[in-house]
Amino acid sequence: MTRLYPMMATAALLGALSLAPVAIEAAAAATLKVGISSDPASLDPGRITGGVWEEDVLRDIYEGLISIDAGGRIIPGVAESWQLADDGTTWTFELRDDAQWSDGEPVTAEDFVRALRYHANPQTASNYAHRLYPIVNAEAITRGDKPVDSLGVESRNDGHTLVIHLNEPTAYFLKTLVLPFGYPLPKHVMAQYGKAWSDIDHIVTNGPFKPVKWVSNTELETVKNPRFHAAEQVSLDGVDFYPLEDKSAAITRFRAGEVDVVRDFPAARYQWLKDNLPEAVHVAPSLGSYYYVFNTRKGTPTADRRVRRALSLAINREVIADKLLDGAVEPSRALVPGGVSHYTPQPQPGLDEPMPARMQKARQLLQQAGYGPEHPLELTLRYNAGTEHQRIAVAVAAMWKPLGVEITQRSSEANVHYADLMQGDFQVARAAWISSYDDAQNFLQLLSAETNNYGAWHSDEYSRLMARSDREQDREQRRALLEQAERVGLADYPLAPIYIYASRNLVNPAIEGWQDNALDMHPSRWLSLPQ
Amino acid sequence: MLTYTAKRLAMAIPTLLIVITVSFFLMRVAPGGPFDGERQLPPEIENNLRAAYHLDEPLPMQYLRYMGNLLQGDFGPSFKYKDFSVTQLILQGFPVSLELGGLAIGLALIIGLPLGVIAALRRNSTVDYMVMGIALGGIAVPNFVIAPILALVFGVLLAWLPAGGWNGGALPNLVLPVIALAIQQIAYIARMMRASMIETLGSHFIRTARAKGLSERQVIWRHALRPSMLPVISYLGPAIAGIITGSVVIEQIFGLPGIGRYFVQGALNRDYTLVMGTVVFYGVLIVLMNLVVDLLYSALDPQIRYDD
Repeated sequence: MTRLYPMMATAALLGALSLAPVAIEAAAAATLKVGISSDPASLDPGRITGGVWEEDVLRDIYEGLISIDAGGRIIPGVAESWQLADDGTTWTFELRDDAQWSDGEPVTAEDFVRALRYHANPQTASNYAHRLYPIVNAEAITRGDKPVDSLGVESRNDGHTLVIHLNEPTAYFLKTLVLPFGYPLPKHVMAQYGKAWSDIDHIVTNGPFKPVKWVSNTELETVKNPRFHAAEQVSLDGVDFYPLEDKSAAITRFRAGEVDVVRDFPAARYQWLKDNLPEAVHVAPSLGSYYYVFNTRKGTPTADRRVRRALSLAINREVIADKLLDGAVEPSRALVPGGVSHYTPQPQPGLDEPMPARMQKARQLLQQAGYGPEHPLELTLRYNAGTEHQRIAVAVAAMWKPLGVEITQRSSEANVHYADLMQGDFQVARAAWISSYDDAQNFLQLLSAETNNYGAWHSDEYSRLMARSDREQDREQRRALLEQAERVGLADYPLAPIYIYASRNLVNPAIEGWQDNALDMHPSRWLSLPQ
Repeated sequence: MLTYTAKRLAMAIPTLLIVITVSFFLMRVAPGGPFDGERQLPPEIENNLRAAYHLDEPLPMQYLRYMGNLLQGDFGPSFKYKDFSVTQLILQGFPVSLELGGLAIGLALIIGLPLGVIAALRRNSTVDYMVMGIALGGIAVPNFVIAPILALVFGVLLAWLPAGGWNGGALPNLVLPVIALAIQQIAYIARMMRASMIETLGSHFIRTARAKGLSERQVIWRHALRPSMLPVISYLGPAIAGIITGSVVIEQIFGLPGIGRYFVQGALNRDYTLVMGTVVFYGVLIVLMNLVVDLLYSALDPQIRYDD
């Protein structure tokens, strides 16, 4: 019997030894390894869902009419120059001669026409289709009422000039061209492969990098595109994207030196990272607003402006931003974030007063609205599942409690949350808006558009101001109109701003050329990683 | 045996049909749809999206269309991973999960079985208590705790191994995920083997074997070991199916391209086709593994026969 043990023990030991550590190979040359939040849905701009992580990837492999520099400012892209006709409805873009696809074919205005038609086409079902609506016939095409080739875009001058016709002057249109619908598409490859054109084996792109290998959900590998017109200014040999949904694991991999950039690390880790990796932490205000939206539909308690006002007054934004989120974000009193250029956010009235005065006012307002100890205000507060949203909801519920407001918290997964919000199935709910272009209109439209206006708030004056601002070509006039709209809108308390988003990136300190910017866009062509 | 196998396989068809049908309709009852998100799209664009995926058709039509495609081996396109079909995703992910799971189960058997036997033979000794104590710990600590600790210790602090990534399945990248996956299995197998071995050692045929004058080694190897493995074998069937269809936790923490993530992400994204694809695949695998287990039974225990 005694002889058996050594045998068994040896077997167990052998099993353990077979997994003895093995040395890791040295990392390859200057390839940037970027941890993104999720896998892109596609490399075809018409089939992505519009996620930040998708736009990150596409920005590196395509180049649109306009492009952005390391600081997020607009610079020429495939278009060398552009001009707007006096009537404010015709944009003319002169394309550079040396723009090429990664297979050597020239990039022409035809490729842009192809792309814009592709996005407008109802069969593509592009997530960006509504971005084209300022263009002549785009909306009718997407609704299926007009043929695709009736879109108001044309290639002139042998494909060297692109002309875009708008329905009416639309001040923000040019800025939106940094979005993926502004990228050209290789019509020669699309003609050859049809829907499969964006498969990793077929795809050609015109950006600084081209994708060469894709293991779904694990790794997307790109290499420098030697045919890019500014290839000699591109320092990196390639960029590899790793979808890392588990952010803690992403931080671990950053610390192990396996990724150079982690996008959007969790706010809850901010303090720890600041203490332990101070040189790698990059936090900067970005173009995003976190807010609680009130349902203004008839029959809900929040249809009463006094209730909405009381609730907004009672939220202590400083506590949420500084204590709860460790100062990783800035408290907010307006819908438009401070980082939007050429605009001054217009704070919601009353939020600049000290907390005790606000609480007193809030109590009065609720009393006037008919709520009190005998008849407490009962509300359901909804948020999409997530630790941070939950913590904020708990804090806000506690801030409302002294007013006698009884809150039931309800968390649902994101798809359910937003589906219910659109249908008006809520009273107070967490919502957010992150803009991918720098214009106040993109935030203010949340209260005038049909979509994303969850609370169904409406004001004729507001809508009129917004419509006028869209048509206004004078920059100062337009700014005044938009600022007036925000004042009008927020004074009715359709929502309670809570904080301004901050970009949260972990960046390998060895990377050169990284500039924090409000758009939180960092094209890899401007980065270098000295060995 | 052949007739039995054929009969079991034939019975699997209605089982799978029920699984597919129930999953199909359950998925659609779940609130929220694949295109709901923070950025709500105008209704006409959402309609175009729905039309592109035939979600505008009546549900029974969609069901028939799905079943029709399934019969031709087509799982349909993924809603979320649009450059891949569900079949491609499964074919890309399964070998990875199979490799990881296979190695983990192998490791668990190599370590767990001997540990269980040792503990049984040294019942109520210090060795026994140590083994069972460790095993209890292995069961109690979930792998979403073990995996990050392994990554932190071996990937960051000691820097011996990659903290994550697949790297085409290179050996160093396999080590930590395999260990993380195996620890719990080792614990289960060791405990099960111990209990079963103790029971076997108390039975009459062991007493007879000892009375015949066989050495203890012969008693254990020839007589006690085989029947003691039966409970482990029946556990292994579903365990293997479970472990080779991937572990969402391990895959997410180590960033591995297995199919476990598709299951959970598919459900969260309401990626109907992807969820259905993984359900069908998992269903087939479970049915097959259970059959294999039952057949193994007869090989291990002469009293079990499937002849008629």
